[in-house]
Amino acid sequence: MLLEIYRRAALIRQNDIRVIKEIRAGRLVTSYYSPRGQEIIPSAVSVSLDERDKICTIYRGTHDMLAKGFPLKPLWGELAGRISGSCKGKGGTMHLTHPESGCMVTTGIVGSSMPIATGLGWAAKLDGQGAVSVAYFGDGAANIGAFHESLNMASLWKLPVIFICQNNRYAEHTSFANSTAVERLSVRAAGYAMPGVTIEGNDPEEMYGAAKVAIDRARAGEGPTLIEALTFRFNGHVLGDAAAYIPSAELEKAKAADPVPKLRQRLLDDRVSDLAGIEEIESAIAERIEQAVAAAYAAPTPGIEEMKRDVFAHELA
Amino acid sequence: MEMQKLNAIQAINLAIDHAMAADAKVLVLGEEVGDFEEGGILGVTKGLSTKYGSDRVRSTPISEQAIIGAAIGAALGGYKPIAEIMLMNFMTVAMDMITNHAAKLRFMSGGQTGVPIVIRTLTGTGFGNGGQHSDYLESWFAHTPGLKVVAPSNPVDAYGLMRSAIDDPDPVIFIENLASYWNTAEVSGEIVPIGQAKIVRKGADVTIIAHSLMVGHSLAAAESLTKQGIDAEVVDLRTIAPWDQEAVLASVGKTGRAIVVHEAVREHGIGAEISAVINERLFGRLKAPVQRLGGMFSAVPFAKPLESAYAPSAAAIEAAALSIAKE
Repeated sequence: MLLEIYRRAALIRQNDIRVIKEIRAGRLVTSYYSPRGQEIIPSAVSVSLDERDKICTIYRGTHDMLAKGFPLKPLWGELAGRISGSCKGKGGTMHLTHPESGCMVTTGIVGSSMPIATGLGWAAKLDGQGAVSVAYFGDGAANIGAFHESLNMASLWKLPVIFICQNNRYAEHTSFANSTAVERLSVRAAGYAMPGVTIEGNDPEEMYGAAKVAIDRARAGEGPTLIEALTFRFNGHVLGDAAAYIPSAELEKAKAADPVPKLRQRLLDDRVSDLAGIEEIESAIAERIEQAVAAAYAAPTPGIEEMKRDVFAHELA
Repeated sequence: MEMQKLNAIQAINLAIDHAMAADAKVLVLGEEVGDFEEGGILGVTKGLSTKYGSDRVRSTPISEQAIIGAAIGAALGGYKPIAEIMLMNFMTVAMDMITNHAAKLRFMSGGQTGVPIVIRTLTGTGFGNGGQHSDYLESWFAHTPGLKVVAPSNPVDAYGLMRSAIDDPDPVIFIENLASYWNTAEVSGEIVPIGQAKIVRKGADVTIIAHSLMVGHSLAAAESLTKQGIDAEVVDLRTIAPWDQEAVLASVGKTGRAIVVHEAVREHGIGAEISAVINERLFGRLKAPVQRLGGMFSAVPFAKPLESAYAPSAAAIEAAALSIAKE
């Protein structure tokens, strides 16, 4: 299980490093909301999800998508705005979508993953096949009306939805303390008669365990769960944000506890894998990313005619 | 189906009933839509939850964002939900879900996901409901790529457009009018395609373009105009987005005069768009400037004399026609 989590987390980390490198080199032109520091959460959740299950996430969501199985080539095609992108280059970094892997919606609107995941949960319940949906969102989104409407509806209808709040302590530039009246968001679950837990999202076993309980509960028809996964955002809100509003001691402390190398070391210490095994995983990831990047840049940009396509199911005249 | 005399409430109910019977993927959700809550405030969905079960016909909390979000999610999951937003002003509460998500997911996903939902909503002045229960906001939605907007004026079109809206692969805003809800007509079950206007009265001198309640007012004005020797043609748009340019331009090309009428505020209303296209396409053939009639530039007022003066009347349409008929 830990090794499966690491495979995903290492992919997310390497991918994030490469995206930032490409942006800084001027080869990728996109606003980018780095998930650095939050890799463990979706990695530990996704090992309990399968192809039936669907996720909705937000603009800081490449980690959620990659963990669920979003393939690299269409991902990079999309980041680069190429016709080879999963969305033919028309969605971009903030709207990554790949239904085949269950990645249904990436929204650029804070809080909007939740109502749609609720609807996916309704569909899953009607289907009766035991599928679940996951709504990923941040701590800022817990203060928007859609959060409350969605939790209430999902609980009332006992829908198989897992609400996973990645509490990275900052809603854009505003600290959790300055934006949120409660100390623990999980207490809000009680207001909607569903289980709510606050856990260390960067601890793979804790995250895995909490997600597994919630997913099993949802599959069994017992309804939704709210998980507040504590984490930290290493790269500010949007790439280029110097994040002066984060006290440097706080940021340094979080970075010192970087969960990805920590898990790597854990695998070695516990002899889950030897160094050669880990390095093999990592170099395979690097190779896949390299191929995806090269394929993206080699692909053409979408033609102007694409603006007449997909506005509706039929092409515009 | 057999011809039946129905009002719009019954016609819409029947269309949904037929669609639900034909396709198990069709769902209904909204405030009070289930029979325990009397099948909607005016009974449009009466009987459906009893017939198809409360899993498929879901009464919801008063949570417009969650209602539309749930509809979008269910659509992404393979269903065809019909969401009711009780009154059109309440659409404002769900605008993020409607315009940022339902309208755009197909494009932003490069065609991988579509949102085949119908959003039913009711509105209209005339009942003293004031500024937050009466607005026509169709131009907001018509201005959003990815949305279709229909507004039937009678039970026949209400049935036929509802069937088309449910079958449509894209989100359709279905606008119902309060004042004409109880008007009856013989409904035969004919399907009305989205995007097709209808000439509801033939005439040679002036074209009146209207939708929803204003179609009735336009027909009344046309009757009165005959006494003054003016032969008006009335075009019922039926679909606002995408509107039937071909039918409108053919009619105005023939008459050379056009009046666009809607209950929504005149400024920046759909009349502006229709007028602009008529001018672009028929400039040299127009005998008079295109006239636009619409609601006053205010919130819908409460006091009866003000409310009565708010939306265009048959008399106002008649006056507009007379003002250009001599040119």
